[in-house]
Amino acid sequence: MSEKNNPVKTVEAPENSDVSRRELFKKTAIAGTIAAAGAASTTIAASNAEPGGFSDALDEFFQKHYQEMSKKEMKKTLARLERKAKVKHGKQIQISNTPPIEGVLFGYALNISKCKGYRKCVDACVEENNQNRDTKIQYIRVLELENESMNFEEADHYYNHETVPHTGKKYFPIQCQQCENPPCVTACPVEATWKEADGITVIDYNWCIGCRYCAAACPYWARKFNWSEPSIPEEEINPETHYLSNRPRMRGVMEKCTFCLQRTRKGKLPACLEACPTGARVFGNILDPKSEIRYVLENKKVFRLKEELKTEPKFWYYSD
Amino acid sequence: MEFIRFCVDGVKEIFRGGKLYWSWMGLLTVVALIGASAYLQQFQQGLVVTGMSDQVSWGIYIASFTSLVGIAAAAIMLIIPAYIFHDMDIKEIVIPAEGLAIAACVMSMMFVLIDLGRPDRMWHLLPFIGRFNFPKSMLAWDVLVLNVYLFLTVIISVYLLFSKYKGKEPKFSIYFPLVILSIISALSIHTVTAFLFSSNVARSFWHTGLLAPRFIASAFSAGPAFFLLTVLVMRYTKVFPVKDIAIKRLTMIITIALEINLFLLLAEVFTEFYHQTEHSASAAYLFFGLGGKTALVPWIWSSVFLNISALVIFVLPLKKNTIFLTLACLFLVVGVWIEKGMGLVVPGFIPTPLGEVYEYSPTFIEAQISMGVWAIGLMLYTILAKISIAVNLERIRLD
Repeated sequence: MSEKNNPVKTVEAPENSDVSRRELFKKTAIAGTIAAAGAASTTIAASNAEPGGFSDALDEFFQKHYQEMSKKEMKKTLARLERKAKVKHGKQIQISNTPPIEGVLFGYALNISKCKGYRKCVDACVEENNQNRDTKIQYIRVLELENESMNFEEADHYYNHETVPHTGKKYFPIQCQQCENPPCVTACPVEATWKEADGITVIDYNWCIGCRYCAAACPYWARKFNWSEPSIPEEEINPETHYLSNRPRMRGVMEKCTFCLQRTRKGKLPACLEACPTGARVFGNILDPKSEIRYVLENKKVFRLKEELKTEPKFWYYSD
Repeated sequence: MEFIRFCVDGVKEIFRGGKLYWSWMGLLTVVALIGASAYLQQFQQGLVVTGMSDQVSWGIYIASFTSLVGIAAAAIMLIIPAYIFHDMDIKEIVIPAEGLAIAACVMSMMFVLIDLGRPDRMWHLLPFIGRFNFPKSMLAWDVLVLNVYLFLTVIISVYLLFSKYKGKEPKFSIYFPLVILSIISALSIHTVTAFLFSSNVARSFWHTGLLAPRFIASAFSAGPAFFLLTVLVMRYTKVFPVKDIAIKRLTMIITIALEINLFLLLAEVFTEFYHQTEHSASAAYLFFGLGGKTALVPWIWSSVFLNISALVIFVLPLKKNTIFLTLACLFLVVGVWIEKGMGLVVPGFIPTPLGEVYEYSPTFIEAQISMGVWAIGLMLYTILAKISIAVNLERIRLD
């Protein structure tokens, strides 16, 4: 396990005139490019329909990359995004920006002999992470396999029995494996996705251009796309959100499992773990020698998915 | 001053033309407008209007992009004989070929643009202003080389045409370095596009070193075939008296590239099927279907049939007959388009990395938008070819 840390760069921009002039130049250059491309009219036409008015729409259009925003800009952005969510979903939400905790690298382990295929993790994940209910985005897929088989091509992705577990079958849940060496991050042409210091691969939903190259690159089918404008019934919205995780998304961008960083960075456990009725899931800080996850890694016969691809997942499977 | 007159004369030439020309342009405008209105729908509702899904997240847009990059690159099959070996017969038709390269380049860029979930954030791709993940991301490489190639091709064509317009010989010291650069970047665009796919360890169907050579071979047969088709039309409609010898040369280039392409394809198919492993699942799905799902089977077998029919015509004396030659070119263009698109991009996603077989077929909106892009591209090619023919035949020149 490499401990290559990738510190979050929340650069504080010095407030001198030189910088603001450069800013202005940058904005002018961008505006010029757009005008040249003949897209200006469509942008304005589209932004008029945006909730929060023209000025918010303009700010959203020019919003900087997450890692480049100053603290002040970040505060303004979060307030604007909360305002927008209120108009769109009719509910006041909080978008936090909790940074990774120092000395923490998250890891997950799953006991496949305990998993009985209830798929409670899948539902809890959807509720916690505000996924689009229309296109039914799910971050966890539970495969039903013959007891003796590990061939995914023979798996049933849509098993539908009266009761589970079904005789002779085993269940294999798969979600983002939080690779130490994530192919999706390399693929992204605009650096809209990256690995945080706590080992979680995140997406800046406001920077993603929606090319879906990361989805082609992921060996675990962990990346899901917003094919349509996300819709969630007001009463089902989880108002406790994080910028890099479960805040409301927009159409045309990627999303993925973040090990519920809105919870785990505050010391809570991922929603899928809490929902699991059989206790098949173990989560924690793999840098902490006293953690339960370390116990599992050191004492159980663990394995990782598609290890031959050298993606170095931080998600382990084991069985008793 | 001279250059402004050249531009004005060029623009004037666009508006000069017979009934056939105007009905062709009219037809293309109608198709382009239908495409634009379909795109508006996609822009408003999102990519949900397409047949794509999380399982098959790239479809006919990226398939078309891939084939068109090949057609764009193929212009060098004429540039090399014309400007490196000074083949006078090819030299006559090289500028319309550059026009095709420009049009194909623009089309391939449009196909990427319409595939984006957030086209309004295109500026994130701009170096310095946005965040360009260079040199790590192969997509970033592709954006870069495509732009460089387009830029070079435009510069070279304008320079050569402008020289001819002034009645002067183009200066070797100016065009030769540019031509060399454009040859390198033409090879790069198709190689990088192949790497875009072959670099993915997640998709074993694409993860083969043969992909780039196959891309180049197929491009160098289908590209000149597409060009030859248009040359035959120009000759038939008497807008451009192309000599038999130029057609013969083109035919030879196409035949050799086609043979190499089919050989490479055969090598690939052999390796996939001799000892079928889990990694051959995509190939098995493509050629025979998996678990009763067979959406791509008719596509790939028609591609095989079209490619082999084209090969038969090209190696036999049948090719001397214009009708057969036209048919062979048509077969080849469509055959390679399917092989590179529905036969390569789409099956890479099936089954998914988790083994699910989920099928894809383009929706009507996707088809309309794609046709619209083709119409815009063909319009651009028509205009560029028309101007270059007018200059070549000295219908417009500086007097």
